[in-house]
Amino acid sequence: MAKKVELVCPAGSLPALRAAVDNGADAVYMGFRDGTNARNFPGLNFDERAAREGIRYARERGRKVLLALNTYPQPQGWHIWTGAVDKAAELGVDALILADVGLMRYAAKTHPELRLHLSVQGSATSYEAINLYREQFNIQRVVLPRVLSMAQVRRVMEHTDAEIEVFAFGSLCVMVEGRCYLSSYATGESPNTCGACSPAKAVEWRETDRGREVRLGGVLIDLYKPGEAAGYPVLCKGRYEVNGAVSYAIEEPTSLSVLDILPELVRMGISAIKVEGRQRSPAYVAQVTRVLREALDAAERSPDTFTPRSDWVAALDKVAEGSTHTLGALDRAWQ
Amino acid sequence: MKLALGPLLYFWSREDVLAFYRQACDWPVDVVYLGETVCSKRRVVRLEDWLTIAEELTAAGKEVVLSTLALIEAESELLTLHRIIDNGRFAVEANDMGAVRLAANQVPFVAGPHLNAYNCETLGLFRDLGAQRWVMPVELSRDTLAAIQACRPAGLQTEVFAFGRMPLAFSARCFTARHYNLPKDDCQLRCGDFADGLVLNSQEGAQFLVMNGIQTQSAATCNLIGAVPELQELDVEVLRLSPQSRHMDKIVSAFRAVIDGTLTPQQGIDAVQGLTRGEPCNGYWYGSAGLAWLEQGEVREARAQSGG
Repeated sequence: MAKKVELVCPAGSLPALRAAVDNGADAVYMGFRDGTNARNFPGLNFDERAAREGIRYARERGRKVLLALNTYPQPQGWHIWTGAVDKAAELGVDALILADVGLMRYAAKTHPELRLHLSVQGSATSYEAINLYREQFNIQRVVLPRVLSMAQVRRVMEHTDAEIEVFAFGSLCVMVEGRCYLSSYATGESPNTCGACSPAKAVEWRETDRGREVRLGGVLIDLYKPGEAAGYPVLCKGRYEVNGAVSYAIEEPTSLSVLDILPELVRMGISAIKVEGRQRSPAYVAQVTRVLREALDAAERSPDTFTPRSDWVAALDKVAEGSTHTLGALDRAWQ
Repeated sequence: MKLALGPLLYFWSREDVLAFYRQACDWPVDVVYLGETVCSKRRVVRLEDWLTIAEELTAAGKEVVLSTLALIEAESELLTLHRIIDNGRFAVEANDMGAVRLAANQVPFVAGPHLNAYNCETLGLFRDLGAQRWVMPVELSRDTLAAIQACRPAGLQTEVFAFGRMPLAFSARCFTARHYNLPKDDCQLRCGDFADGLVLNSQEGAQFLVMNGIQTQSAATCNLIGAVPELQELDVEVLRLSPQSRHMDKIVSAFRAVIDGTLTPQQGIDAVQGLTRGEPCNGYWYGSAGLAWLEQGEVREARAQSGG
């Protein structure tokens, strides 16, 4: 019998953390209230007091707390990031989720007892890359970028003894994570440098005769007809003109969902599945966590007869970007 | 200060590739990066061919470095990576942490622009593993480089991407194939139709990005020729010029002339004007959005204000 797959859920706030724990998350992940993590949005994340309270709440219920420190410090702000590592060690989180090699070096040296996970932002797509992080910093778990097919994920797992975590549900990054500068190209701020993709302050909505324009850093990235639903604007899901045709040239607004392949992931020996969305509401976290808890339990109980229940699919599509879902790169045809 | 020709990012015909590097033998570049960094399906120039080109460039006095793929997914790509690392003659540019692992303590390597080196602690690891040079990620600024140069590990050279459409992202998906409604597994190598990539415009006709297979680039062409004196002040050893399909000879010469002081930076800007495939940009270098272009006057003003 394979070991249980951990369900890892987002906590952008204390209420979201409680929602995740109450609805069946095995672990929650959170970040501090600054640029040290990749969801650096106004009003989000944890100060020290909230972090302590969150850790207490999760621990009392037997759940784990992971802390994301997954942006890339530059020399000017280096001490802020090392301070965050020290603070996380003092708080006693169950693991740090890191992306930057320099910070891993610091953490491994300064707090050798701290369990380290490699963030998806660390961009390790092959077992050779994973094994480098493992050899150098004793990385225990790796979150895989959303660029590999199922066959490639399997191959990675055959060649490393690091635990593997994959994304299960949420906004879909089309580009390999940690190496995408589209946001800073238009706005000056990227996930790597500032912890924000398409920062809110660079977004501009305008009603015009042609429709509702949305600009990012001044660049027109989409134009909505009256009545057309508009999501949070990111560059890779805008409509552009290529060779005279206007389309979603990079990707349509859609969410990743692995519901259809949960039994395969369980059988493969995946250690954890992750829900994206620290920027989403506690209600969203509650809903998605509840569905995935039920689905994961069902897939582990009887993988051979598992089929996604229609109410699960409907509940997830309701909160999905564009109200639709995809397997992303896990499905070769998407590529 | 040395000039490097970065790896060719586009899928040109075999004849065009051979002709390009034959000409490069006579250009005032010191370092030439060779090899496929974008897509492993581009095979008209094979590793054996790259090695032949490498010998010709070496004979012409150039330092040759073999570049590796930025996004590694398939086992076959790891095999190619092994063959490049084990070439036995030339240094390697590692563009992925897997390449770093294989190159470590085996072969002198350059920590490429896709490795995410944002601080000196990271550079310390690369140096300890055998890196001789690192290439700054394109999104970093002059101020960050100044801070890094102040703490960079001894013996590690610095290279800055100074010219060309900038690689901004990589994906499992091929955007060129997608544009033609072709599955990636039957892409028909349509990226070969676009010598400088396929331009993606905003709906009001502004050139924004360039699709180059699985790679997304800036539509604007990074041009730091006006910043050469600053780059010299910061002890940058190498400037990288990324190949475009035309005028590379003139662009290389203009950079060389500004480095040597036979052209002023403004004369360099004027010399390159009109030769770039996209509108010029230098925003990242000055801490702005990457697509921005700051005129020399604005740069001086901003510098005076920041006390730099």
